[in-house]
Amino acid sequence: MILDNKIPEGPLADKWTNYKAKVPLVSPSNKRRLEVIIIGTGLAGASAAASLAEMGYKVKAFCFQDSPRRAHSIAAQGGINAAKNYQNDGDSVYRLFYDTIKGGDYRSREANVYRLAEVSSSIIDQCVAQGVPFAREYGGTLDNRSFGGVQVSRTFYARGQTGQQLLLGAYSALSRQISKGNVQMFNRHEMLDIVKIEGKARGVIVRNLITGEYQRHFGHAVVLATGGYGNVYYLSTNAMGSNVTASWRAHKKGAMFANPCYTQIHPTCIPVSGEYQSKLTLMSESLRNDGRIWVPRKKGDNRAGIDIPEEDRDYYLERRYPAFGNLVPRDVASRAAKERCDAGYGVGSTGLAVYLDFEDAIKRLGKDVVSSRYGNLFEMYEKITGENPYKMPMRIFPAVHYTMGGLWVDYDLMTTVPGLYAIGECNFSDHGANRLGASALMQGLADGYFVLPYTLGKYLSEDIRTPAISTDHEEFEKAEKKTKDQVKRLLENNGNRSVESYHRELGKIVWDYCGMSRNKKELKSAIEEIKVIKNDFWNNVLVPGEDNVINPELTKAGRVADFIELGELMMRDALARDESCGGHFREEHQTGEGEAMRDDAKFAFTSAWEFNSENKDPILNKEVLEFENVQLTQRSYK
Amino acid sequence: MEELNLKLKIWRQPGPNQKGDFVAYKVNGLNTHMSFLEMLDVLNEQLVNLGQDPVAFDHDCREGICGMCSMVINGKPHGPQKGTTTCQLHMRHFNNGDTITIEPWRAKPFPVLKDLIVDRSSFDRIIQAGGYVSVNTGSAPDGNSIPIGKEIAEDAFDAAACIGCGACVAACKNASASLFVSAKVSQLALLPQGQPEREERVVKMVSKMDEEGFGHCTNTGACEAECPKEISLEYIRKLNWEYHRSNIKG
Repeated sequence: MILDNKIPEGPLADKWTNYKAKVPLVSPSNKRRLEVIIIGTGLAGASAAASLAEMGYKVKAFCFQDSPRRAHSIAAQGGINAAKNYQNDGDSVYRLFYDTIKGGDYRSREANVYRLAEVSSSIIDQCVAQGVPFAREYGGTLDNRSFGGVQVSRTFYARGQTGQQLLLGAYSALSRQISKGNVQMFNRHEMLDIVKIEGKARGVIVRNLITGEYQRHFGHAVVLATGGYGNVYYLSTNAMGSNVTASWRAHKKGAMFANPCYTQIHPTCIPVSGEYQSKLTLMSESLRNDGRIWVPRKKGDNRAGIDIPEEDRDYYLERRYPAFGNLVPRDVASRAAKERCDAGYGVGSTGLAVYLDFEDAIKRLGKDVVSSRYGNLFEMYEKITGENPYKMPMRIFPAVHYTMGGLWVDYDLMTTVPGLYAIGECNFSDHGANRLGASALMQGLADGYFVLPYTLGKYLSEDIRTPAISTDHEEFEKAEKKTKDQVKRLLENNGNRSVESYHRELGKIVWDYCGMSRNKKELKSAIEEIKVIKNDFWNNVLVPGEDNVINPELTKAGRVADFIELGELMMRDALARDESCGGHFREEHQTGEGEAMRDDAKFAFTSAWEFNSENKDPILNKEVLEFENVQLTQRSYK
Repeated sequence: MEELNLKLKIWRQPGPNQKGDFVAYKVNGLNTHMSFLEMLDVLNEQLVNLGQDPVAFDHDCREGICGMCSMVINGKPHGPQKGTTTCQLHMRHFNNGDTITIEPWRAKPFPVLKDLIVDRSSFDRIIQAGGYVSVNTGSAPDGNSIPIGKEIAEDAFDAAACIGCGACVAACKNASASLFVSAKVSQLALLPQGQPEREERVVKMVSKMDEEGFGHCTNTGACEAECPKEISLEYIRKLNWEYHRSNIKG
């Protein structure tokens, strides 16, 4: 299949402006008749739902949580980037674009990234107008901080709770549209299938998680804003409910899945403390502004961190990367931590941790300043570990945090299924093989507030004569039956293993073979191991309870079934990409100093996987990445 | 590391209009580094393996920010540790042999759906009544065009930190949602962006709170004491002031 990315003609800096000037519009009277379904109410979904409803479309929004305010965007800590150049430090749209392309290790699309940088400033303005309490200077202007992988200060923040404040802003805009009757909101509903009629996405099958009722909803277009798939690893910083089901079922209905092996392992998380661990907690990257990362210089030095004198400490990031020091991008910082731990220098009871130390920052700035910058993060660390980071260095280790891969979308954010869109983390478009800090919030809100409202109009303008299709249509019937059959099969399986045990087993394989480093031999064997898990799951899984009540085990079972299939695709993708780039580190391809080695001649493309059938291998399609404005170089942060 | 063996008394209720009761369970061999919810995960995996219905409870981010987890532990919303959500409570705060009682939020506007899960959509409807600034996408001026002093911004942030979990309601003998409502009203009343709708907003939100069946505030301060984000009672004072101010301004 030929992938048409629909990138507009013209110079990079003019593409979006020209697009907006020429895109067909939908008249207000027609907008009222056009129905849009939005799945997910995080930053991308809530901002899109609010914006589209303000424009006059009839919107139905769905979330699996008990309120749209709880989507996992809420947990983002550090901040949101924007090319405002308020700090007069040389920032510009081009520089944000360039940093993002470079940070993504030259595996993202120039035109999409440039547009993202271009609309970034408007996001800050919009959020301020909603009453988001960003950090301010004494003079009343907005404050900024620095983040990894860049040398300017362009990150806007609200203490360590930026995601919360931005999401509550979007939630308030969504709430306003709900009160006006422009958005119909469905809490505690989960999407289980996309309904396609004559090749176009025309609706969804959802299940009410309280009553178990199956519902059919029609839409002229369907928008997925369902977040990332990090929970395929079992342990990640994602919320417990974060899942790939909506994206995966869309994939099986024809939406290609791009770059599934591009996953981000965040360097600063609280280490695993035992087998029972249900999730991991991130410590914001902003901590690397003032914290220094080190391990003991001597192997097996089991003195407490504070008792190890300066000369016995190895500040390995500062040593290896003097230009960026502790602020190297996430993939680089994570691999460096793994390298030290693998070499036997790790700390803590498991040896799988490094120190993040604020001793110098407290000496330089005083405890009060450190507390005003990071107070809530320090408290959170103490709650979880029982240790006081003002007195002893934090112990941290990398953990799965974000997935750059996702549904393939064109410049309009439309998937390979006409009328089906993907926005925010669930698409693949802007971060290449590695995302820079504070760019996820930027992308989610860019897509929802400022991109989709234009691009969706282009599609809907050709659909103004389509009347609402009855949900009695046979395609709705078929999709609902298929969904119900799967649920029935799970409930009647009467096996002997819990859903959780399969998820844990899968997670360990994905982490071991498709985590911070990957190699051909293990990836090949992982594909076979996952096939065995899949087979075992469908024969032996035990799902108690019934369909017509609140049944969290049943919900989880459906999600884990999809994660298993996704896991296999991730291995195939990682295997096919026989180079290292960003978060995808193939052991066979590294420099003498252990840095990732790209192969631009062979791999400057996006992998877009096409679902074939349950029994056949997926098909790899390639979208060649053309770089007209930046020169591809070996990333260097030294 | 100390090993914990615990007895649990958990509220089990099959559905909204059905009778509920406490059921006793034992969980052994727990680890003090576990979170409270991980302790319940262990119990649930035991129950699933026995083919029994696991305990239903709301939870999602497990980082203390989404506001989804909601249980009364030994009589206190979110349990014994101050300024901490249930998901951030760790088992090192309990002792071997303890009996722990776990109940759902109990308040008329939060009906029980199953076991420990309640329906908090009344909070959404209060926000829908006016907890926003009416600004359409694309119509905002530059972010720095209206300076906001650091103290005001910080004060607004302290109010905006509310996670909407409902512990304030669960703690209140009147099931008042005043702390929740006051947090949003105060945040927007403090900021210049909230001024045009300031009077209208407070009246609409307070009326909605009443209509949903939440009780009145009688200043016991239980909400502030149990709030996992330690939202200050000061904001209820501000809510009352804003309410009366709107009456005077008409």
